[in-house]
Amino acid sequence: MPQEHRLILKHADQPGYTPDLECYLRHGGYDALKKVLALAPKDLPDGKKMSPQEQVREDVKASGLRGRGGAGFSAGIKWSLVDRKSGKPIYLICNADESEPGTFKDRQIIHKDPHQLIEGMILSCWANDVKLAYLYIRGEMPQGAKLLNKALDEARAKNFLGKNILGSGYDLEIYVHRGAGAYICGEETGLIESLEGKRAYPRIKPPYFPAVLGLYMCPTIVNNVETLCHVKHIVNMGAAEYAKLGTPNNTGTRIVSLSGDVKRPGYFEIEVGKVTIGELINDPAFGGGLCDGRKLKAIIPGGSSSKILKAGETFKLNRKGADGQMAKVDVPLLDLPYDFDSLMAAGTMSGSGAIIVLDDTRDIVEALANLAEFYAHESCGQCTPCREGSLWMSKALHRLTHGHGRKADADYLLHIAQNIQGRTICAFGEACAWPVLSYVKKFKDDFEAKGAADEAKAAAAKH
Amino acid sequence: MSFAVPANLEAQLDELATHYPQKRSASLMFLHALQEHFGYISRDAVEWTARKLGLQPINVYELVTFYPMFRQEPLGKTHIKVCRTLSCALAGSGELRTHFCSKLGLDAHKHAPQTTPDGKFTVEFVECLADCGNAPVVLLNEDLLPKVTPAQADEIVAKGKSK
Repeated sequence: MPQEHRLILKHADQPGYTPDLECYLRHGGYDALKKVLALAPKDLPDGKKMSPQEQVREDVKASGLRGRGGAGFSAGIKWSLVDRKSGKPIYLICNADESEPGTFKDRQIIHKDPHQLIEGMILSCWANDVKLAYLYIRGEMPQGAKLLNKALDEARAKNFLGKNILGSGYDLEIYVHRGAGAYICGEETGLIESLEGKRAYPRIKPPYFPAVLGLYMCPTIVNNVETLCHVKHIVNMGAAEYAKLGTPNNTGTRIVSLSGDVKRPGYFEIEVGKVTIGELINDPAFGGGLCDGRKLKAIIPGGSSSKILKAGETFKLNRKGADGQMAKVDVPLLDLPYDFDSLMAAGTMSGSGAIIVLDDTRDIVEALANLAEFYAHESCGQCTPCREGSLWMSKALHRLTHGHGRKADADYLLHIAQNIQGRTICAFGEACAWPVLSYVKKFKDDFEAKGAADEAKAAAAKH
Repeated sequence: MSFAVPANLEAQLDELATHYPQKRSASLMFLHALQEHFGYISRDAVEWTARKLGLQPINVYELVTFYPMFRQEPLGKTHIKVCRTLSCALAGSGELRTHFCSKLGLDAHKHAPQTTPDGKFTVEFVECLADCGNAPVVLLNEDLLPKVTPAQADEIVAKGKSK
């Protein structure tokens, strides 16, 4: 029986659990902070010493933690890329600009357990010698921003934050910074520009890797809300114990946001890779299946930017056979383990952990038109292929869904999408091209039939 | 009416500017606070912010025109943001917005935010509000409302009219 495994959301939905400091302290809050502050330098075999901060950084690397924001990059490696020799201050930013359509996991943490996030941030700042950090929350979460400000005040009053934290000599300040409704602020260099008080135009990499030239051209770490919370649990459990959760190279737990055509939409925390997509959709412990009498049409597996998976598809995955050898095995869509690597092998991504389910009553062209409008609205406008292309795709899809389509629109859409991806400063180009490429390729008949029907209607009207 | 920022708000903003090593960083937070107080960002508010932060007015104005949450005209007292994006659309957010528009005598075919002539309501289609499990969702001023039904929409309208 597949089950939830709640680590981050262990307390969040328990009756009587409140977002205030007293409640958090009753549940072992800030124990991880006290634990790291008491760490002693470790003697290494070569006679050198490893600082407590370095020990925590090594633990995060050894835990296998991968970023929960979208890219799934190793958090430990991200930290190790930080330029520590520049002499400039190092900044840390919590990316709480949750705005990938389909995703609503960070909201749960911010609203129900803000101190867990703050403790995760303090630990991460301490481990990276950060003295000033920002919590960038999206503008449409005004109550979340208030809750976080209140929680930060409470933490300051108890000296978990501020000068000389708990007598350790370590100073740290964290401030809440609100966005103002732009999806592109979720892109880390766009977020940094926005935090500098500018339009959120992403920066070109190289040279502007945040780890080297980030906020105010200083080394900067940008981590997602959920990722930072995991740091607390890695400190509490130890890297080896933490890494036992999940599956190899896909360790720990993650919160999956499930929406669309299922009986029980909601968020579910699972061990990464221990639950399949089919179980997430159909098991009574999770989505509870589709509405009665409906069949599955497609799954958007990792936020709206991920490539769509069509019902009935099978994928070649590397699996260990009975003889212990790795072999390519055919895995049907619903048996795909929900983890980073399996979805990558299936040609898509687990992204922000957001699944949107479409049943057989849905028009795939309408669904794509909806998302194309989102991307056309959210393109920052900096790169021509994305600014123009996202709008052209949206216009073509608008006419296809409003009775003025053409049969050639399907190929036209593919042509535009192919000319956006890889030709932009940031990954938004891919984010708007991938849905179009995958929906049109996998459901080409639907697009062409719609366009052809409109053309036939227009021709009949002429005569 | 001349533009005047109350002393307590100005003190609050002066403190806010100290959160950043470079003052320019505070501009988004300044604009949020001014919009909350005045209801929108006027030309005066742009110039005042620029003066306070040592910027050119264009540095502030380009933010107002880039970030969708900032407004250059007053909004209705009841601000209804209906989520337009996929999960909410699947759950009927398009119909929900049309329902609001027809109740309030607004044009459902117009995409941009619309305010009723009496200044009581603004109805707007916005992109994903990050609560897709509760679709369709509405951000009513600062409150996020889950699974909004037409009956609830009518209640929101009735309440807003009596304000």
